[in-house]
Amino acid sequence: MEKAKTEIIVGMGTCGITAGAADIYALAAESAKTKGLDVRLSSTSCIGMCHSEVLVDVVTPGFARVTYGNVTKEAIEEIISSHVAANVPVAKYVIAQMPSYGKTYDDIPIFGQMPYMNKQERVVLSNCGFIDPLSIEDYISKGGYEAVKKVIGGGDPKAAIEIIKASGLRGRGGAGFPTGLKWEFCNKAVSDKKYIICNADEGDPGAFMDRSVLEGDPHAIIEGMLIAGFSIGASYGYVYCRAEYPLAISNLKVAIKEAHERNFLGDNVLNSGFKFNIKIKEGAGAFVCGEETALIASIEGLRGMPRAKPPFPAQKGLWGKPTVINNVETLANIPRIIVKGADWFSSFGTEKSKGTKVFALAGKINRGGLIEIPMGITLREIIYDIGGGIPNDRAFKAVQTGGPSGGCLTAAMLDTPVDYESIAKAGSIVGSGGMIVMDEDDCMVNIAKYFLEFTQSESCGKCTPCRIGTKRLYEILERITEGKGRKGDLELLEELSEDIRLASLCGLGQTAPNPILSTLRNFRDEYVAHIEEKRCPAAVCKPLITFTIIEKSCTGCMACARACPTSAITGERKKPHFITSEKCIKCGSCFDVCKFKSVLKK
Amino acid sequence: MEGLDDILAKYYQSEGSIVSILQDMEVRYGYIPEEAVAWVSEQTGLSASRFYGVATFYGQFHLVKPGKHVVKICRGTACHVKGSEKISDDIQTMLNVGVGQTTPDGNFTVEHVACVGACARAPIFIVDKDVYGKITPQKAKKTLEQYMGGEGNGKG
Ligand SMILES: Cc1cc2nc3c(=O)[nH]c(=O)nc-3n(C[C@H](O)[C@H](O)[C@H](O)COP(=O)(O)O)c2cc1C
Ligand code: SF4
Ligand code: SF4
Ligand code: SF4
Ligand code: FES
Ligand code: FES
Repeated sequence: MEKAKTEIIVGMGTCGITAGAADIYALAAESAKTKGLDVRLSSTSCIGMCHSEVLVDVVTPGFARVTYGNVTKEAIEEIISSHVAANVPVAKYVIAQMPSYGKTYDDIPIFGQMPYMNKQERVVLSNCGFIDPLSIEDYISKGGYEAVKKVIGGGDPKAAIEIIKASGLRGRGGAGFPTGLKWEFCNKAVSDKKYIICNADEGDPGAFMDRSVLEGDPHAIIEGMLIAGFSIGASYGYVYCRAEYPLAISNLKVAIKEAHERNFLGDNVLNSGFKFNIKIKEGAGAFVCGEETALIASIEGLRGMPRAKPPFPAQKGLWGKPTVINNVETLANIPRIIVKGADWFSSFGTEKSKGTKVFALAGKINRGGLIEIPMGITLREIIYDIGGGIPNDRAFKAVQTGGPSGGCLTAAMLDTPVDYESIAKAGSIVGSGGMIVMDEDDCMVNIAKYFLEFTQSESCGKCTPCRIGTKRLYEILERITEGKGRKGDLELLEELSEDIRLASLCGLGQTAPNPILSTLRNFRDEYVAHIEEKRCPAAVCKPLITFTIIEKSCTGCMACARACPTSAITGERKKPHFITSEKCIKCGSCFDVCKFKSVLKK
Repeated sequence: MEGLDDILAKYYQSEGSIVSILQDMEVRYGYIPEEAVAWVSEQTGLSASRFYGVATFYGQFHLVKPGKHVVKICRGTACHVKGSEKISDDIQTMLNVGVGQTTPDGNFTVEHVACVGACARAPIFIVDKDVYGKITPQKAKKTLEQYMGGEGNGKG
C-alpha cells in the first residue's frame, strides 16, 4: 500500500477563484516542491463559507482535517512550512477542524460546532467542499451511484416514484410542486419518447445554490436525472445551464464523460438494458428561460417565449413529448432520499415543507455563503446565528427572498419560520433560495425600482400587461425616486400591479409586482417620504440628497477633493473644504474616501 | 464563409441549433458578424431574420464587435446592495462611455451582467476572464488602469 501523504485541498469554487484560489493552488504546489515535501494536492468546490475564501484544508494522515480561511500568499507559505512540514497548525489562519478524519489538535474549534455550521443540516450539500468534483471515485466513495443501482436493479420504475411521493419532496426551483406527483403524471403519459430536463438556469440574480451544487457535486445531478429518467421512462436528459456559470458547465461535462466511461450513462446503463444520455444546453442570457415552457422553446432553438398551460410539459413538452423539468437542487435530493429513505427525509422540516433547503445568503451580512437548513428554522437564526448579523454596526432593515418574484420581510418578521407556508403568509416566497440581507442604508423604493428594472427588461414581450405594465411600474418608481412622485402614485402602483398579476401569461409577469407590493406593505412610510417630503430616508436616491462637508471635523486632508470627478470641492490644505453644490453630481466619492466622517450625506 | 463549416456541421447533426450556431459564432468572433449570418442562412435555407430574431432575444449575443477588453459590472441583487451601481457609474465616467458601448479607440466595452454566482463576494467586477470580488469604486478604477498599459490611455 502507498504510504499516506499529507493532503492539501484548495477550494476552487467560483468564489474561491474570485478570491485568488488559482494563485494559492500554484503557490502551494511550488512551495511543497521546493521544500521537498511529498504531498497530495487537490481541489474541491464550494463548502459554503464563501465569505472566508480562499479556503485551504490540510489533512495530516491520522489527524483531524483543518480548514484555513482568508488564505493569502504569505499564509500559504506558513501553512506549508508549519502544518504540512511539521504537523503544527498555524493558529492565526485556522477556522476549524474536522475530527472525523483523525486525532484532534488542541485549541481549534470543531467544524460542525461553529456558529456558521451548527444549525445547518447538510443533505444536498453533503459532498460539496468534501469531494473533488472532477473525480467520480470521490463521489462513489461517498456512496454515490448506489441509489441508481438500487432503482434500476429493482426493475420497477414506479418504486422510486412512490418513495419520492412519500418523502414529501417539493420542487426547489420556486413553485414547490410535489416532485413525486410530477413524475407520476409523466410516467403515465404514453409516448415513444420522453425527456427529463434539469433546470440549471438559476435566474434569480443574487443566488448561487445551483451553481455551487453543479460545481461541487455534479454526479449527484446526473444520478438524480438517471433515477428520474428511469422512473418516467425517459432515455434522454438535458441540463439547461446559464452561460454565466462556465465552471459549473465544465465540471458537469467532465462528470458526464466519467459517468459514460463507468457505464452509468449510455445505451445500456449498468447492463440493464436501460438507455440514458445527457446533453448540456447553455442558456443565452434570458431570465424568462427559467420558466418551463420558455426553457423548452429555448432548447428547441427558438426565442424563449412561454406558452399557455395546459398542456403541461408532463403531457406535451420538449419536441411535443412528455417531459419532466426539475430544478438542480430537487434532483440532487433524489439519490439521498432513495438511499436513506422517505422517512429519513421527512424527519427534517415541517408538516408541509419537508426536508432541507439550500439558501444563498448574501448582501449586508457578516458570513455570507451557501447554507442548508432544515425547513422551519427562523429567519433570525439564519441571519444572526448562521450569518453572524449585519456588518459595521448597521441596523438590519429587511431580508429579500424569492428574487424578482419575491418580497422584502421586516425586522418584525424575523421570527418567521422558513418554510413555504410561513414565508408566503409573511408576504414573500421561499423561491429558489436567494436571500439578500439589507441594512438601514438601503432604500426600499430603490430596491423595488431595481427589481422592476430587471423584470421589465427581461419580459419576453408576448403579453401586453407584462410588457407595457412593468415598464409603467418602473417609470412610476423612477419618478418617485427622482422626487417627482405625485399624489395618487401609490394607489396607481397597487392598481396596476393587480392588473399585471391577473392578466399576465407566465410567472414572470404574474409575480413581477411582488417586490413593489411587499415594500409598499412593509415600508410605506419610505414611499411617502419620497413623494411628500421629497426626502430619501436611507440617503440613496441621488436627486433627493445633498453632500456637505462638516466644517468642524474636516481636517483638510484633501482626499475628497482629489476624488471628486467634477472638481466641486475646494479648500486649502489643512483647512476645511467646501462643496459647490452646483457642480456636484452626487457621485458619493467624497463620502466614500473621507476617513474623518466629515462628509454629510442627507 | 471560411472556417464556419464545423459550426454548420453541428446544425445537421442535432435539432434546435439556431441558438447553438449563434453561440458558436459568439465564442469564435466575440459577436455575431453579419457575413457569418448571411453565409449560414444561405447554406441552411433559413432566413437571416430567423437568426436575428433569436439573436436579439437573448442577452448573450452581441451584434457589434466588442472592444479589446470587455469590462463587466455585476448588477445582480447582492452586488446592487453592495454598491455596484456606483462602480458602474464611475467606470462609465472614467471611460466616458455608456453601458453596451465601446471606447472610440476600441479598447474597452462596458457591460452589465446579472449575477455570476459569486454573490457572497459582492460586488463583482470582471475584465475579460478575470473576476474581482469585494471591489470598491477606487479598486475597480485602479484595476482597469492595469489593462490600459501600453495600449493607449483607454480614454479614447
Ligand atoms: C420567470 C421564471 C423564471 C424561473 N426561473 C427558474 C430557474 O432559474 N430555475 C429553476 O429551477 N426554476 C425556475 N423557474 C421555475 C420553473 O418554471 C419550474 O417550476 C421548475 O424548474 C420546476 O422544477 P422543480 O419542480 O424541481 O422546482 C422559473 C419560473 C418562472 C416563471
Ligand atoms: S408574462 Fe411577461 S414574460 Fe411571461 S409570457 Fe407574458 S410577456 Fe412574456
Ligand atoms: S476627505 Fe474629509 S477630512 Fe479630508 S478634506 Fe475632505 S471632508 Fe475634509
Ligand atoms: S458627491 Fe461626487 S461630485 Fe459631489 S462633491 Fe462629492 S465627489 Fe464631488
Ligand atoms: S465558492 Fe468557495 S466556499 Fe463557496
Ligand atoms: S449578484 Fe453579483 S455575483 Fe451574484
